Amino acid sequence: MDGAFPHEPEPMPSLPLRRPRRQVVPSSVLGTLIFVVSETMFFAGLISAFTISRANQGPGNWPPPGQPMLPASSTALNTVALLLSGVALLVANWSFKKSPSAPLTRGSFTASWVLGVTFVALQGREWASMFAQHLTLTSSTMGSFFYLIVGTHALHAVAALLALAWALVAVWRKTLSPGYFFGVQTFWYFVVLMWPVIYARVYF
Amino acid sequence: MSSNSESLGHLPIDAMSTAAGEATKTDTHGHSHDAHGGHGEHHEEQNFFLKYFWSTDHKIIGMQYLFTGMLMALVGGFTVYVFRMQIAFPGISVPGWGRVTPANYDGLITTHGSVMIFWVAMPVLIAALGNYLIPLMIGCDDMVFPRLNRLSYQIFAISILVLGASFLVKGGAFGGAWTSYPPLSAKAEYNLTPQGAPLWLLAVALEFVAFLLGGINFVTTVMNSRAPGMKMFDVPMVVWMIVIASILFMASVGPLVAGAVMLLFDQTVGTHFFDPNKGGDPILWQHLFWFFGHPEVYVVLLPATGIVAEIITVFSRKKLFAYKTVLYTAVGTGVLSFFVWAHHQFIAGIDPRMANIFSLTTLLISIPVAEMMFVFIATLYGGSIRLTVPMLWALAFIGEFLIGGVTGIFLGASGADIYFHDTYFVIAHFHYTFFPIAFISVFAAVTYWFPKMFGKMMNETFGKLHFWGTIIPFNFIFIPLFLLGVRGDHRRIFDYSRFPDLMKPGMPELRVLATLSLVTLLAFQAIFLLNFFYSLFKGKKADRNPWLANTLEWQTPSPPPHGNFPEGLPTVYRGPYEYSHPDRAQDYWPQNEKAAS
Repeated sequence: MDGAFPHEPEPMPSLPLRRPRRQVVPSSVLGTLIFVVSETMFFAGLISAFTISRANQGPGNWPPPGQPMLPASSTALNTVALLLSGVALLVANWSFKKSPSAPLTRGSFTASWVLGVTFVALQGREWASMFAQHLTLTSSTMGSFFYLIVGTHALHAVAALLALAWALVAVWRKTLSPGYFFGVQTFWYFVVLMWPVIYARVYF
Repeated sequence: MSSNSESLGHLPIDAMSTAAGEATKTDTHGHSHDAHGGHGEHHEEQNFFLKYFWSTDHKIIGMQYLFTGMLMALVGGFTVYVFRMQIAFPGISVPGWGRVTPANYDGLITTHGSVMIFWVAMPVLIAALGNYLIPLMIGCDDMVFPRLNRLSYQIFAISILVLGASFLVKGGAFGGAWTSYPPLSAKAEYNLTPQGAPLWLLAVALEFVAFLLGGINFVTTVMNSRAPGMKMFDVPMVVWMIVIASILFMASVGPLVAGAVMLLFDQTVGTHFFDPNKGGDPILWQHLFWFFGHPEVYVVLLPATGIVAEIITVFSRKKLFAYKTVLYTAVGTGVLSFFVWAHHQFIAGIDPRMANIFSLTTLLISIPVAEMMFVFIATLYGGSIRLTVPMLWALAFIGEFLIGGVTGIFLGASGADIYFHDTYFVIAHFHYTFFPIAFISVFAAVTYWFPKMFGKMMNETFGKLHFWGTIIPFNFIFIPLFLLGVRGDHRRIFDYSRFPDLMKPGMPELRVLATLSLVTLLAFQAIFLLNFFYSLFKGKKADRNPWLANTLEWQTPSPPPHGNFPEGLPTVYRGPYEYSHPDRAQDYWPQNEKAAS
């Protein structure tokens, strides 16, 4: 036999041997990662379409006449909340590997989730204020792209928060499986890291 | 041919691993109702509906995709019959349809293009064969995410219902061509299909979701569930090709989905992403579409070459020439395929300097593809060639695809393309690539794996009759179209009799020749369907390894039971192409047969 794949040479009958291959990356993480690559390309499509459309307007024509500036400074706060949520989840992950039921695991996971919800709520407040300033989906190309890109990201954030909520309940009940936790984490880090790119490209 | 059950090498560890594995099946898979047959204590008879419509078994899902793809091929074949009749005999009442109106004509062409690519080529080549073959060929019992797999087919089925619904709404099926360029596709007053257009987009989007789920499964399964001992270079080429194609698909589809959402908003909500009068950009769609659209060509081409690689090695009784080279070439082709898309837009007003770059990349990509063809020819060289039906199809693939590839050079060169753009030369080139991909290689695959899928042999005589009845008319359809294209025949014309320039002597005759050849080709498909269904029920029973092949799927009963390997999951000792090994009496050497020490 080759030695390239270190499956057990002398298996004990009690071991579940259906998958003797050691998974370099767990299937749940690998599956989510492939999905995240697709999603990244989806956002790349949206953001590059936005960049081209904006460049087509010529310099000095952005925002288009009658359209407000985007609130870059207040959105910085939302960005910080989301990034902190990612950091808290990293802490939860580190603690989960040492002890799944430790207070630190639950505490940092809960903090991560609350910060994530805060981000979505703050973004919702921002949408309401932009709407009041006559920036709508059909008011201009800028409005169309703003609501499309930020809205798509918000949908991803909400979906990820629902999946995280499921994991959060499980971690309090001490039934959280590592596979699910690592998979859903991967998706949340994608949501967290995609946001600064959107913030930098769309708000400035 | 003899059964080779005696040659199955199994370590005791395999038997143990299976027994232990069955006990933990519900934990690892999480589909407790889904007992695998062939193991006494867990065997559970499922009713017809659960077995064939609600199964998580990769083989059943693969067949669902295969039969759905065959059904959709009939739709695609019928639509091309109707509009080709209109082209050859303008104004005729087409038998089976009636008079073709200009709106009908647009809808028929759009349906033909989108159905053949999105609902025939993709589901059959990637989804059907990927699902059926990957777990069997890498020696595991199912996909890593079986329920995700079932969801994939269900979403695909819904996408067909949505597409079908678009035939019934006011205005009929979408008439904006399968490329769906705005403003034609964005404005109902241009495409005349106000409800068909959004339904078409929705159907395409659902179909992409289905393949995304499938692709995640394929890549994860091949990475994490290969049989013990199967190293990266022991994976059969067709599996590698499907994996690379899935990665290409998943990396390229995002921008198209982004464009599709924008187009859907333009059609329904009233945004102006692609409307130049309101600050939008119609060329943007072309970039987003072709950024997906060109890798898509390789998404279907690579599995087709993988099929040909398997069949040519088996029926040449020879090792695949340059396995690693083919693999690296496929990866290189995949990477390069992301940098050729703008060759579809040479006359769309892009910068000529950019056109030069895309000409260069387009010419470059013909090198790796040509290399694969040379590898196949080198594999054939000196082999003991057996001209079975699958082998005929595989050889035809090389010859016919070569014509498609060579004519692509003219279209890839931006100077020549300015003349050829939107002529029948493009149509002929495209079909010389896609017909070999979507039909020739699929016929090769179906005739080759039919004994494994259904446990029956197909009839060789009818198979050969169908082969010649398909290949000869195929060339008689598209060689005339090349000639017409060179003479400037434009592709988007409903009634040529109104264009005296396009009715010069010889041109109408060539159109009639192409249409009659098409009708002949379609008629010969009845022989295939008869052979397929007759053999399915009444065919000669197949051994587990009728072609004496090496890969793992042939080392288990035909058809394989739920769970795939009733004698225990295999262990792999060598690569997939050890044919005519000098140290062996037999000219093949199954991957799971332990070497005599």
